[in-house]
Amino acid sequence: MSRPRDPAEERLGWLLCTPAVLAMLLVTGYPILYAIWLSLFRYDLRFPDQREFAGLANYASVLTSGVWWQALGNTLIITVGSVAIELVLGMLLALVMRRALFLRRTVRASVLVPYAIITVVAALAWKFAFDPVTGFVNPWLGLEQPWLTQRWSAFLVIILTEVWKTTPFMALLLLAGLTLVPQDLLDAARVDGANAWQRFFRVTLPLMRNAVLVALLFRTLDAFRIFDTVFVQTRGAQGTETVSVVGYHTLVTRLNLGLGSAVSVLIFLCVLAIAALFVRGLGASFAAEDRS
Amino acid sequence: MIKALAAALAVLPLVGCDGQAPGAPVLNWYVFDEPSGAFAAAARRCAESSNGAYRVALKPLPADADQQREQLVRRLAAGDDDIDIIGMDVIWTPEFAAAGWILPWPEAQSQTARGGRIAASLASASYDGRLWAAPFTTNAQLLWYRTDRVPRPPRTWDEMIDMAEALGDNGTIQAQGERYEGLTVFFVSLLASAGGSVLSADDEAPALPDGPTREALRILHRLATSPASDPALEGAREDQTRLAFESGDSSFMLNYTYVWPSARANAPEVARHMGWARWPAVDADHPSRVTIGGINLGVGAFSEHPILALAAAACIAGADNQRLAAERGGLPPTIAALYDEPQVRQTFPFADLLRDTLRDAVQRPQTPLYNDVSLAISRTLHPLSGIEPAQDVPRLRDAIGRALRSEGLL
Repeated sequence: MSRPRDPAEERLGWLLCTPAVLAMLLVTGYPILYAIWLSLFRYDLRFPDQREFAGLANYASVLTSGVWWQALGNTLIITVGSVAIELVLGMLLALVMRRALFLRRTVRASVLVPYAIITVVAALAWKFAFDPVTGFVNPWLGLEQPWLTQRWSAFLVIILTEVWKTTPFMALLLLAGLTLVPQDLLDAARVDGANAWQRFFRVTLPLMRNAVLVALLFRTLDAFRIFDTVFVQTRGAQGTETVSVVGYHTLVTRLNLGLGSAVSVLIFLCVLAIAALFVRGLGASFAAEDRS
Repeated sequence: MIKALAAALAVLPLVGCDGQAPGAPVLNWYVFDEPSGAFAAAARRCAESSNGAYRVALKPLPADADQQREQLVRRLAAGDDDIDIIGMDVIWTPEFAAAGWILPWPEAQSQTARGGRIAASLASASYDGRLWAAPFTTNAQLLWYRTDRVPRPPRTWDEMIDMAEALGDNGTIQAQGERYEGLTVFFVSLLASAGGSVLSADDEAPALPDGPTREALRILHRLATSPASDPALEGAREDQTRLAFESGDSSFMLNYTYVWPSARANAPEVARHMGWARWPAVDADHPSRVTIGGINLGVGAFSEHPILALAAAACIAGADNQRLAAERGGLPPTIAALYDEPQVRQTFPFADLLRDTLRDAVQRPQTPLYNDVSLAISRTLHPLSGIEPAQDVPRLRDAIGRALRSEGLL
């Protein structure tokens, strides 16, 4: 892997990448920079004449607002809650898919069905299921619970929707990692007398570490930006507002481009921080691998 | 090709039959999806009486006012020329006018649009000394109560809560306590009834005088913590309160006039014992002042046919169509004289009470930043049971001040 490359080959590599890099810059770089630029202005579409440079005032305004911190807390609750459950369920599903002896392709394809459903549709389906009047969940459980009108039960429904929808994605990423674990290692462990738990936690999991980290990274980034499920199910009421919903309200409902862009940029920074954290974890684990 | 042409020709006479001249400009009327068809009938009538000058196409918007506004402002901020006539909630006038999204009414048409209208409705369509929309329908909350349990309607909030507590289990008061526009309406009505106002006279800064504001907050808190309030108060909107009252377990309800036809249709047993009275006052010597609602018709600033749109809006908001909207759709008219007509009085047996309420009605803060101010109010006051009047008066003043300066998140 670390064989020094021929400089000409390297140049060709960069050249071949150029169109893709340019396209990415155009569709992601420009909007990001424009959002950062907008966030430095007092700019409300209702009062286009009053546009003026405001420096970091919008950021100060967001960061001193209780709404932002509450939304950040809510987002973290949903992120941690859904990703943790997805990891466990996804791992179980991956193990099942790997072991499946017959209909392997059917099993793998059918597991993907929830992931293929549009989030808004899934969110509505779960909303109807938990509706106290028309839903089937209350009769099943023998409850009369107005799920989406109370904070913690609303969180529960939102998290369950997310889990149902994205566990398949997690499972597929983990399955990819699982196939990297050599069978002879497991067989050797078995011969040495390791039981199933020990084989999973001492052999499989350490070897899958990178796959798990990548799966967690993707899902955490996704979960942190959650919008549609919350928007459809509670519209942010009952203290379930996430940072993306706050951004939406500021930008689309209040038409406050300056403040709203500041929120968007802050969300972007949070996402960067999460990614950096995971990448550091990955780097450490690669380094450990190289040493061994 | 010939087949397609023949099909097109076959459709043409049908279009003619509607009394809508083909080729006449089509004016798009964006308005909430009125279920009785009264708006569609009004649009058709006006197109017919225009002698082919225009046709009117209804563009239905969601029922919820926040969602209506969201869809409209997104289009208007982008200068959409598809919007000719807008059915505007009364609270949008300053915002839309200041942003240059609607056209001011020229003096000549203003005369027609003003004729005989209730003063509070005209005020809701005016901003900066000009008329920006034709008052079409209006609305205000009344107190609805059970005549079989309550001998005479309470005059004040404290009296009502005392009565409800004394009634025990089915004394419940139904009001709107969810965190949304309805909570702002509730608060503004209480504050005005206590003699205060949200904004200063020039609508530039928060007013919220100490005494009246504290009194309004005290009543909200007393209601929310009283055994007489519904346990679901803090999640209740107009419709939840209507349904709860129709179930028969409540004795008082603050709500709009649509609850009357609804109760007669869905809960005749309850409707038989349903009385109405003026919204309760804060103190017995000053009658209550209730927040005004309703729809005014504005003309989109980017419309390609502004003159026609003005004519059409004036026609739709005319007396005949107000009568139609009242009888078919149950929407109270903005022309005061209509409340004397037998047909209208049959639809609204409480016509005199409603007209008196509307005469004393109060406007929600008339600022282009109303949407932000309203969010600041409902967010600060929710949940009602957590209100602490002494601390929350300055908090509210601060939140509204920030909203007026476009600062902070809401």
